Amino acid sequence: MSSSAAMPGAVPGVVPMRRDPNHLGHHAAGEGETRAPGRGIGGPAPKRIVVGYGFWIFLLSDIVMFAAFFAAFAVLQGGTAGGPTGAELFDLTNVAIETGLLLLSSFACGIATLALNARRPLAFQAAMAVTFLFGAGFLALELREFTDLVARDAGPTRSAFLSAFFTVVGCHGLHVTAGLLWLLTMMAQVLAKGFRPDILRRVMCFSLFWHALDIVWVAVFTVVYLMGAAT
Amino acid sequence: MLGKLTWSAIPFDQPIPLVAAALVGVVLLGVIAWVAVAGWLPYLWREWITSVDHKRIGVMYVILGLVMLIRGFSDAILMRSHQALAYNAPGYLPPEHYDQIFSAHGTIMIFFGAMPFMIGLMNFVVPLQLGVRDVAFPTLNSVSFWLTATGALLVNVSLVVGEFARTGWWPSPPLSEVTYSPGVGVDYYLWAIQISGIGTLMSGINLVTTILKMRAPGMSYLRMPMFCWTALASNMLIIAAFPILTATLAMLTLDRYLGFHFFTDEAGGNSMLFMNLFWAWGHPEVYILALPAYGVFSEVISTFSGKPLFAYRSMVWATLAICLLSFMVWLHHFFTMGPGGDVNGVFGITSMIIAVPTGVKIFDWMFTMYGGRVRFTTPMLWSVAFLVTFVVGGATGVLLAIPPADFVLHNSLFLVAHFHNVMVSAVVFAAFAGYTYWFPKAFGFTLDEWWGKAAFWFSLVGYVWVFTPLYVVGLLGMTRRLQHFSVAEWYPWIVAASLGVIVMVFGVVCQVVQLVVSIRRREQLRDVTGDPWDGRSLEWATASPPPSFNFAVMPRVEGEEAYWAIKQRAREQARLREEPDYEPVEMPLNSPTGFVCAFFATLVGFAMIWHIWWLAALGLAGAFATFVVFAWRDRVEYEIPADAVARINRRNRASRLEALQQARRKEAA
Repeated sequence: MSSSAAMPGAVPGVVPMRRDPNHLGHHAAGEGETRAPGRGIGGPAPKRIVVGYGFWIFLLSDIVMFAAFFAAFAVLQGGTAGGPTGAELFDLTNVAIETGLLLLSSFACGIATLALNARRPLAFQAAMAVTFLFGAGFLALELREFTDLVARDAGPTRSAFLSAFFTVVGCHGLHVTAGLLWLLTMMAQVLAKGFRPDILRRVMCFSLFWHALDIVWVAVFTVVYLMGAAT
Repeated sequence: MLGKLTWSAIPFDQPIPLVAAALVGVVLLGVIAWVAVAGWLPYLWREWITSVDHKRIGVMYVILGLVMLIRGFSDAILMRSHQALAYNAPGYLPPEHYDQIFSAHGTIMIFFGAMPFMIGLMNFVVPLQLGVRDVAFPTLNSVSFWLTATGALLVNVSLVVGEFARTGWWPSPPLSEVTYSPGVGVDYYLWAIQISGIGTLMSGINLVTTILKMRAPGMSYLRMPMFCWTALASNMLIIAAFPILTATLAMLTLDRYLGFHFFTDEAGGNSMLFMNLFWAWGHPEVYILALPAYGVFSEVISTFSGKPLFAYRSMVWATLAICLLSFMVWLHHFFTMGPGGDVNGVFGITSMIIAVPTGVKIFDWMFTMYGGRVRFTTPMLWSVAFLVTFVVGGATGVLLAIPPADFVLHNSLFLVAHFHNVMVSAVVFAAFAGYTYWFPKAFGFTLDEWWGKAAFWFSLVGYVWVFTPLYVVGLLGMTRRLQHFSVAEWYPWIVAASLGVIVMVFGVVCQVVQLVVSIRRREQLRDVTGDPWDGRSLEWATASPPPSFNFAVMPRVEGEEAYWAIKQRAREQARLREEPDYEPVEMPLNSPTGFVCAFFATLVGFAMIWHIWWLAALGLAGAFATFVVFAWRDRVEYEIPADAVARINRRNRASRLEALQQARRKEAA
């Protein structure tokens, strides 16, 4: 091939140019096939992959949002304005029970996924119901903690520290609440429609969401409660 | 029952917003009445409002962006003309109104002008360039668009019902706290941005998933057109940065509504926390807007120079470097607010480093033109003007990145001139370059070149005319956001800037005339082949406008510049590729989910602004119900039979074959 033919953009009549040395595509992924999967050889990924991937990205963005709240908590932790500190307020036994409930709920959610894969509707509904009960138990304990704090004049308006505390923990709680609503919707969908592919994908996203809340809770437990109670 | 909402929320004593709103209202009602009388409402509902087609949604995004750019520009006219009359005089806008106008100008231009325009271009172009049939989540795409529209609506409602924020486009506490801003202005800002921000985040997730998981066979990462790369980088920034904005505004909302103490500077609160968090989003946001703009210029310059993009690989690296560096410079937005010399030094250096990959890009574009046969069409004119003016804006940016210089220049009109110099020449110029470049792809006819060039020259001259005096007057010490002033040596520069606005008005008028003239002359301007500019990427491989399924069969990509290779082969062999075996195509059904969801989101936003709690609860329940109804659908796709696909594709092949033979005949003669 002459140099002008090698350069697809060369216009006839214009002085032939040397091939652009950095014109990538001619080396790494140009002529000849790339064999590495995911690099475009196979065309669009199947729907299940696309949905799961998109939902993972959503979860990452959600974790970025939590990160901003955590940063705010870290900055404002000392801003107690003469009010109570974490060491005076946090009841670690209660938090430990909450953690246990949430983890058990995630375990039940895992069982539900197994039941789903085995296409056993009864087992699925039962496991989801257990997931719901543990999740609701967690929420009930959290609400009790919140009302208790407010009653002790340690509500979110008391100090910047408490504002940040209620926001981080409350935002996680709101996520759990939304998750419970979603959970009930998925139980109803499976009941009404059976194990359709689109519903299977939704349940997969739900279980990703539910486990991600566990990960966030681990951070809440560590940063807010354990480190907060130590100061 | 109606919370804080009473008749006193309507500013009967202020003629300007009332007349403006009445005018807009009359025009809107007129358009709706016209559409209804002509019997187009069912068509609009079926084909546009409920559409989940990425091309239609992209077009609607761009229309929203265009309208809001004009809306924001009218604020600019008010500000410039007011200041020209405010030398030793009160001007014609009362201070509290002037404050709302500069706040609304920034908010609208960034969130509802520039963002929808860029997201619209990405929505329209990226799937076509990747050779696929739609984005990853078509219905979610529609939801994203309508939520953005909700935000724009709320900001504009604030013109007549209540007020808008008087805090500037970033509502810094403690000024934006309820103690100092007790009205609903900041609340309008908060809910409009939160709701449209959700839309933007969803759109970012959608486009990243599309680019990473849905490409035509053979389209490996390093074969993607540059616009896809910049779209990928921009949307990754959306995913990483917008949640920070959501969290920050949520904290301010909690402060204002429930008496929390995040940013109050009382009870342990810290307003500098807001500055850090806000600009941790705010600086990446600059690149969320600028990166797709760079992509547009890459496509336009390469196409109209008749050459592949110079140093493609370095452009990819520069894009990703900017993506990363954009998160490391936020502190330069408040050098003067007490971080100290060492911290300022670090952030000054990182801010200057970001000029390096940008400089790489500038050289890549210039070398792409070098040795090519450059065609100075309207999109190319915008791109060349960008190269020249953007370098000036970049240089003043590097100047401002030096902390000692920033101590002198911060908050001055020099700063205002700097960021307009970069944002207008990158984002607005790219918007119009992209609009003219891809218009024939969207609608099947090109835009009138004469009016396009007139619009370009008026805009360019007006823009330089406005902002050069602002640089000077900034160096003379004039700070931004002054409602009136009494320094004699500033006066002539302010008048000069106002005269420049008049030139820009001509540019806007020409842009509108161009559209009208082009629609009237559409038969002469028809693009029959689908490749009006001799393009290089896959969007030019399909008809203009593309069929709903984009490609009859998914193209097989065998190298970079996928379409150029196909075209070269066709030219060498004097025939098109073998006709493929057509198969039926599955496409997603249209859905009103996005529109209905945005309706409820509007209710929630408005209700929260005015403390109408029951309505907010109703809106939330409605939004949830909308999703459940959507999830309950049994039919989600429809099939286009193979012979229909064949019929549509053959029509395009016939016109392409004719164009090919014509070119051969011309060559032979």
